[in-house]
Amino acid sequence: MHPPFVLYEAESLKIKNVCEALAEDANAMAVFLIDASGQILATAGDASDIDTASLASLTAGNVAATSSMARLINEKEFSQVFHEGANSNLHISVLPEDFILLVVFDDRSSLGLVRLRVRKSSVEIIQMLEAARNRGTRSDESALPFAEITDDEIESLFSRS
Amino acid sequence: MSFINYSSREINCKIVYYGPGLCGKTTNLKHIYQKTSPGIKGKMISLATETDRTLFFDFLPLSLGEIQGFKARFHLYTVPGQVFYDASRKLILKGVDGIIFVADSQKDRADANQESMENLRENLEEQGYSLGRLPFVVQYNKRDLPDVLPVEQLRKMLNTSGVPDFAASASTGEGVFPTLKCVAKQILQELRKGAK
Repeated sequence: MHPPFVLYEAESLKIKNVCEALAEDANAMAVFLIDASGQILATAGDASDIDTASLASLTAGNVAATSSMARLINEKEFSQVFHEGANSNLHISVLPEDFILLVVFDDRSSLGLVRLRVRKSSVEIIQMLEAARNRGTRSDESALPFAEITDDEIESLFSRS
Repeated sequence: MSFINYSSREINCKIVYYGPGLCGKTTNLKHIYQKTSPGIKGKMISLATETDRTLFFDFLPLSLGEIQGFKARFHLYTVPGQVFYDASRKLILKGVDGIIFVADSQKDRADANQESMENLRENLEEQGYSLGRLPFVVQYNKRDLPDVLPVEQLRKMLNTSGVPDFAASASTGEGVFPTLKCVAKQILQELRKGAK
């Protein structure tokens, strides 16, 4: 099994702040940072009406499919994908190592503005993700609470399902 | 690759149901969806054809409870089983933490099971994974049907490395939760091992 990707509180907060700034600067409804397996790393803006888990997994599936389509026509990837709706739109951009930045916006914003702001924020987010990936495990927190997981705890997870 | 978020105190893991076409992967997920309480599950998404064959994947998020103060969230995916959807299967294996291979116990599906198992090995290797090093469980499904091979024979064909395996009938629900529980346990045990 590949080692888990860990975001500590301070790292998570920094990334969330950049996503919040992006949501505000781009006049977007919501911003999500997602990994290649469809897990949400950060959420910003107002996502209260959105089924975020489904949106993230479908976005990851969409990116995986469009990247494969790109390779079929000898492109490395489609780094940006735009879905236009009657009222709401999705802008998907693929960051290095298959991280995905998803912006949900309506007619209070525009594709041009979203693209411009995404380009700027992506640079910061990429740096933060790289720093998190390269830092290794931290001695104070990293032995993680998971070393203490007991068999009983694992067993009890399934008792209420 | 599981994702651990200290800020939201969550552990997120991905489990993939693999197996030949019509072996019952989606039926496993549907049973889990039907039998879990609303607070635990999210919406089940099925990207299927008009005839209910899986086109891309099914997705079901489960939030099972807390472990060491962290919410344990499992994202369950199925792959499309039909042979010609191989490109899609590869994509769904991205970031996988644990695999459930659903075998069809019917005699005439013996070859399809073996082909699918071989395909799983190849697709994992292509992405840098090894089946022997991943949490992995085999389920012998459709035990309720008349023309099935004995479990012992299926085991010899599909489970030579002796990973945990379960007889099941996903349409009645038998064996569905024990299979899921077993792979989820293995994933958490791997996390514990990695933390030590």
